[in-house]
Amino acid sequence: MPDVAVVGFAQAPNVRSTPGTTNGVEMLVPIFAEVLERTGLSKEDIGFWCSGSSDYLAGRAFSFIAAVDAIGAFPPIHESHVEMDAAWALYEAWLKIRMGEVETALVYGFGKSSAGQLRRVLALQMDPYVVAPLWPDSVSVAGIQARLGLEAGLWSEKDLAEVAARSRADATGNPAAQVSGTVEVADLLDAPYFADPLRAHDIAPVTDGAAVLVLASAERAADLVDSPAVITGIEHRVDSPALGVRDLTRSPSTAAAGRALDLDGVELAELHAPFTHQELILRDALGLGEQVRINPSGGVLTGNPMFSAGLARIGEAANHILDGSARKTLAHATSGPVLQQNLVATLEVLS
Amino acid sequence: MKHLAAVLGTGQTHHKAKRTDVSMPGLLREAIDRAMLDAQTGWDDIDAVVLGKAPDLFEGVMMPELFLADSLGANGKPLLRVHTAGSVGGSTALVAASLVQAGVHKRVLTVAFEKQSESNAMWGLSILPPFQMPVGAGAGGYFAPHVRSYIRRSGAPDHIGAIVAAKDRRNGALNPYAHLRQSDITVESVQASQMLWDPIRYDETCPSSDGACAMVIGDEASGDAVSGGAAWIHATAMRTEPTTFAGRDQVNPQAGRDAAAALWRDAGIIDPLSEVDAAEIYVPFSWFEPMWLENLGFTDEGQGWKLTEAGETALGGRLPINPSGGVLSSNPIGASGMLRFSEAAKQVMGRAGDYQVDGARIALGHAYGGGSQFFSMWVVGSAKPGS
Repeated sequence: MPDVAVVGFAQAPNVRSTPGTTNGVEMLVPIFAEVLERTGLSKEDIGFWCSGSSDYLAGRAFSFIAAVDAIGAFPPIHESHVEMDAAWALYEAWLKIRMGEVETALVYGFGKSSAGQLRRVLALQMDPYVVAPLWPDSVSVAGIQARLGLEAGLWSEKDLAEVAARSRADATGNPAAQVSGTVEVADLLDAPYFADPLRAHDIAPVTDGAAVLVLASAERAADLVDSPAVITGIEHRVDSPALGVRDLTRSPSTAAAGRALDLDGVELAELHAPFTHQELILRDALGLGEQVRINPSGGVLTGNPMFSAGLARIGEAANHILDGSARKTLAHATSGPVLQQNLVATLEVLS
Repeated sequence: MKHLAAVLGTGQTHHKAKRTDVSMPGLLREAIDRAMLDAQTGWDDIDAVVLGKAPDLFEGVMMPELFLADSLGANGKPLLRVHTAGSVGGSTALVAASLVQAGVHKRVLTVAFEKQSESNAMWGLSILPPFQMPVGAGAGGYFAPHVRSYIRRSGAPDHIGAIVAAKDRRNGALNPYAHLRQSDITVESVQASQMLWDPIRYDETCPSSDGACAMVIGDEASGDAVSGGAAWIHATAMRTEPTTFAGRDQVNPQAGRDAAAALWRDAGIIDPLSEVDAAEIYVPFSWFEPMWLENLGFTDEGQGWKLTEAGETALGGRLPINPSGGVLSSNPIGASGMLRFSEAAKQVMGRAGDYQVDGARIALGHAYGGGSQFFSMWVVGSAKPGS
């Protein structure tokens, strides 16, 4: 089975609201061009295309069909779509290269969160018979999770503010970030609650965005870029949706995915944690020690484009291999209410 | 390079316009439990779950695989959700197969469903996003001009569509799971039914069904262990083209022709008409049988209807098409493609009951979606590829 490597990554600016349409075409066309130019590939060189998005975010059926227009898919292409974060589209593309069906793949994700009221839309991910009719909004559900950890003594409000302050400071180096800057933890703690015990800084901002990533077999990748980021492991798991049957202060699916990988020597990790306390849950689930740098991009607390944020974590983690600033990195993506579904990947320098 | 993969067992629900007796989890378990039993597989043997369905707006649940994780037996395992419009049931099966073909897993459960009665599919399809051409015609209104164009180009006589409808519905009467089971339907009765979108009559259209389909797909060792023989996956193909652009051939789309060419090449099939024993083709409106016969390369362009008229696509004919009754007999949209794939598998496993094609060794499963721009297909065989 051929190894698979990331050879290029691009993302649209993480903005509060794009003037573009819900199908992402305006955000996708420029970044397709950017990533193809960077890898020296043309549309015809791509063996497989796969995307991740959500009809509910777009407020319409078949929203991904119009996104295909951004490709210019004629002559016809080999293409597929997951109704998930595009990190899982990457997983499907990874399979296609692993099984030897194609040598290259382009993966993209897009989401216009601003088209609706995001936390209300996400309530519709819950059980439609007994939970969703109560409209449990996603921020409040995360607040329950944060409260459980506070009461169990697993973290303090100051711990959470420190995550937020570090993320914003790191995001000053990320031109795509929506939120960045130097802030004092004490000032953050003076802010009012948004959904007790969560304050605004604990919550990823509503973000429109898109991301694109190019994969190639390791053999092909070596011809395309100097230092391909080889995916040395990729695993994903799901947990029960019933909030009352699992310990919300832990992430068993992340832990299980991490256990299936070799995490020794990971230098930095891009974690998809839309709430400050979730970063702490994920660090614990993956056993990431103090020596591992967390979210040097600023993470999704500084820009959380739905359905491409997980893919962007893989892209950010790959960039450190591509530019030679790290030898082994970790990327994580999440989906569903309060870290229900999780994907973990390790990326390394081609040996 | 690819690992061998095979269908170990299949299951489906009874299809009806409204399955008010079950919730979504209950509907899925009806298909899954039958597939697990048919595959003689226990939950501990399942390494991953792949779920497919058409738009979330059809049931009014955002990413239903998340709330279904419990009933899918997916907790603690990998779960993927595929969505490629009407071709999704086929694409979902192909993603499940690729998990085995890539050597990642030994046994994968895949399931596709649509519970259209939970919401209103026509409402789900009728939202008008800004800056896009409204269709506003329903699926029949969208496809009727393509059918008229086919008739004009091929010179097919008027009654071909009725032949297909009568054949598929009579086949459906042999299938205990089919939604419509009309053993007494005739070409004449189809022709006497209400005209909906000229030239498509009421009896030439698919029903709107609640239903689900599931399969267990396994590796070579698992396939070898299937008593009576597994359905070995010989080749798979998917292709996509944009919905609308000047000069697009919507009667005989390039994406379908390209997918079929790749499929036959990878399956080592030179003359599909003589080498394929049974075909389950996505025919939601009767005239799509001759159209897809040509698009798939079973006949030259303009010749597909002659095979239908000669009765060669009926059970006992040269190429039985939709022996299960097809989409014209049951159409739970998200599951319809997987039903075609699983019915093809049942044929080569010899498990198709009263609609079994005698001696079927090679079968085609085919799905398409959207405005005929997404195609997904596989060839399965009773023997391993190349043997």
